[in-house]
This record gives sequence, structure tokens and C-alpha cells, in this order.
Amino acid sequence: MTPNPYLFIVIFAGVALAFPLLPLGLAWLWRRFFQPPKPGVEKNAIYECGIESIGEAQIQFRSQYYLYAIIFLIFDVEAIFLVPFAVAFTGLPIGAFIAILVFLLLLIEGLVWAWGKGCLNWAR
Amino acid sequence: MSEIDEGLRSELQRQGIWVTSMQELYNWGRKNSIWPLQFGLACCAIEMIATAASRYDIARFGGEIFRPSPRQADLMIVAGTVTKKMAPQIVRLYNQMPDPKYVISMGACAISGGPFKQGYNVLKGIDRYIPVDVYIPGCPPRPEALLHAFMELQRKIDSQKLGGADKAEFLKPEQPSEFPVPAFGEHDLQPPANPDVYHPPKLERV
Repeated sequence: MTPNPYLFIVIFAGVALAFPLLPLGLAWLWRRFFQPPKPGVEKNAIYECGIESIGEAQIQFRSQYYLYAIIFLIFDVEAIFLVPFAVAFTGLPIGAFIAILVFLLLLIEGLVWAWGKGCLNWAR
Repeated sequence: MSEIDEGLRSELQRQGIWVTSMQELYNWGRKNSIWPLQFGLACCAIEMIATAASRYDIARFGGEIFRPSPRQADLMIVAGTVTKKMAPQIVRLYNQMPDPKYVISMGACAISGGPFKQGYNVLKGIDRYIPVDVYIPGCPPRPEALLHAFMELQRKIDSQKLGGADKAEFLKPEQPSEFPVPAFGEHDLQPPANPDVYHPPKLERV
């Protein structure tokens, strides 16, 4: 008699559940009967580098690398999409053609913006 | 937690039956998997690195897994000169380690300030703020000395009791797990020492 093929998945799931839950349960029992929990301000602190954290974590900060990201999108990612676009150009339906044109126009807008900002000038 | 009769135990062992107690099993597991906190302060840290490397190989004693987070560490090896700038951070890291936790004070500097004791910026021993289990003299101590301290610590762990009146300190609910972090004062760290932890030897004239 062949066992149900799903039986192995059940066994696998059972072992996968028991493997982490058993040590966690043992640790819980150990804490319950032997080790008194001793939480504290320092022990519950978020950072563990020894330095006290200053201020809030929910702050806005200036992204310094957005220009590099834009240039990377224009000259690297766009090139990757342009090659298959050019190869399949004759067989494309009109919807796909418009979609890729929107994509190109968005990136060209970024290029114009980066050009106007002077990013493409050689540093002297 | 009754002790097993040694003669009975060896007789049973001869028959292939291993008898143990929960305390022995617990301590056996603990002492063979001491994970040190991965940080070094000065030249003693180089010796600590040598101890962890292949020639001396602290892995033979179960201590090779140096943890970069205090939450996963059992042992703090204070390896090197503790400056007053660094002392609050060390106490804070010690506070963040979970119980049971142990401290090895490695080298003359960590014990007393060592050759830099006269320096205005040097803490005269880390035992002013946190309890130290094993002291290793030397400047710096050789890796063999650190291994010896490690074995001493294993012996200490092995002797700790799980229950009863003389059970281990970390199992007592009234014993603190955190110690006050010193703050930078005008001239010195405030307070200069924690009187609950620091018990210097008293000189008595006779």
C-alpha cells in the first residue's frame, strides 16, 4: 500500500513546527521554574552598541544620492529595456508601444531635469 | 537536587548506564557553550584574537562563537585599558547581556589600570562598576593564560547550584542584573565606583 503523497508534507510541517517550538517551550518552562526574569531599562533598550540613542527614529533626512539614482535609471536601466523594445519593435501591438513610450518619456523628463541641473557637465 | 553516590554512579557507568542530574546537565551544557562578547579595547585584544585563531583555538573549549551583540553573549572579556570615556559603554553593554553572564578581566589594565594607572583618563579597574569572575594578570597575558581563565570560569559554572539556599546568584530574584551606568562628571566619572560591586582590599597597619 502506498502512503498518501500528502502525508510527507504533513510530517515535514510537523517537524518544521516542532523544531523551533520545542526549544522555545523548554526555555519558557525554564524561565517559569528556575530563572527569574530581570528586565530593565538598559536591557530593554533598542540599541545594543553601548551608546545611548538620541532623539526619535521617525525623522526625515535628505537623500544625497537621488541624482545618481536618476542618472543610473536613464543610462543603465533604460538601455536594458530599449534593446528588447528595438528587437521586437515591428511586432508590437499599439498598447505595448504606448506603454514603452510613456516609460521613455518619464525617463527623458528626468534626463532634461538632470541636464538643466548641470549634472552632465564635466567637473573641471 | 540530591547528589548521586559516586560509587554507585561509576558502577552504573561500567554497565553502560549514565546517570546525571538536571543541574549537572544544565551546567555541562552551559560551560561548554560560553559565547564571548566580541569586543576588544587595546593590545590584550590582539592576544584574545590569537586565542580565538587556529593556533590556540578557543573552540576546543566551546567559546569560539564571538557574538557581536550583547543579547547573545554569555561572557564579557574586558581585554585592555578601560578609559573613562569607554567605561559607561562597557557597563551598558554588560547590562544588556542576559543572565547568566560572566566577566573575565584580562590584563593588568582591566584589573587596575596597569602601566597607565597614573593616567588621568584611565579607569583603575573595571571591577569598580561590574562584578568580575576571573582576573588574568599579565601585560598582555599570553593566550594560554586566557585559556586558563576560561577553564577556571568553566569550573566556576560547573560548581553553581540550581536550587537551595546557596544557589547561583543569577537565579535569585533579588540580585540585580543591571548596574548603574557611570556618567561623565566635571573631573571624574560619577560615581567613581559602585560600592555594591567594588570591594577593594583594605590596608591595615599592625
